[in-house]
Amino acid sequence: MIARLLPHPVLTATLVLVWLMLLNSLSLGGLLLGLILGVTVPLLTAAFWPERPRIRHPLKIIAYVLLVLWDIFVANIQIAYVVVFKTNKQLRSHFITIPLEIYSPEAITMLAGTITMTPGTVSSDLSADGRSLLVHCLDTDDPQGQVDGIKARYEARLKEIFE
Amino acid sequence: MDFLAELLIAALIVFGGVFGLVGSYGLAKLPDLMTRLHGPTKATTLGVGSVLMASMVFILWDKGTLSVHELLVTIFLLLTAPITANFIAKSFLHRQANPETDLPPTGTECGWASFDVPPDSDDDEPNSLTIPRRNKG
Repeated sequence: MIARLLPHPVLTATLVLVWLMLLNSLSLGGLLLGLILGVTVPLLTAAFWPERPRIRHPLKIIAYVLLVLWDIFVANIQIAYVVVFKTNKQLRSHFITIPLEIYSPEAITMLAGTITMTPGTVSSDLSADGRSLLVHCLDTDDPQGQVDGIKARYEARLKEIFE
Repeated sequence: MDFLAELLIAALIVFGGVFGLVGSYGLAKLPDLMTRLHGPTKATTLGVGSVLMASMVFILWDKGTLSVHELLVTIFLLLTAPITANFIAKSFLHRQANPETDLPPTGTECGWASFDVPPDSDDDEPNSLTIPRRNKG
């Protein structure tokens, strides 16, 4: 019963929180409307998201987000350096293939998003069976090192969180 | 205190402005679509991020209340930027890339999702809206 009414409890909580943040104040009316939205939206969209993702270690997500935010900060400075000081001819841009060890669609989505936001890499495509990720590197002299770095830094942590 | 707050806000705005400028410069200067994608997805996030932080500091100092709208904008930006970049990259692959020569192998039995069908699908078309590719028909 609860599972049918709240197909995605985490999504419900997120929606209520986002609604309260949008209002920028805490009131009973706002909370009520937030709850109504938080219950109806997951119900209406449940057909598009049939499985409930398993999150093994919710607290580790916070550590992961902080790590990614720090990496985004560093990435910005590196990319700014490359854009301003390197000529187009000096750029060594490559497509690289990252074989995946994670299976959960949510984990793969988060990995792809992380890759796009961090140092000089944009995730471009997924293989048809969902087992490897196509990533474009702006400037790298060591494609294999990039692959290993992404797998060790992000994929290993996501695997711990989701699987 | 006023001077310190103003200094912090000004520094954040200038910092953000510099990164916004570098991101836009990268967009104009880099040679092709895939490298150009790196400009707006990176430099701009920090640019917009620091302007939003400046806005939070200003409201905190001026009105004494914490404004969380800026945090929301940051979250939405971090959620949508990778998806936009992925969509642009995928349409680029569809229109201008040749999977045999331009892309590395997938390392699995299937090709890239923009060109190949999933193993358990009956559908022959990779996508119902397949656009004719420039390199091969």
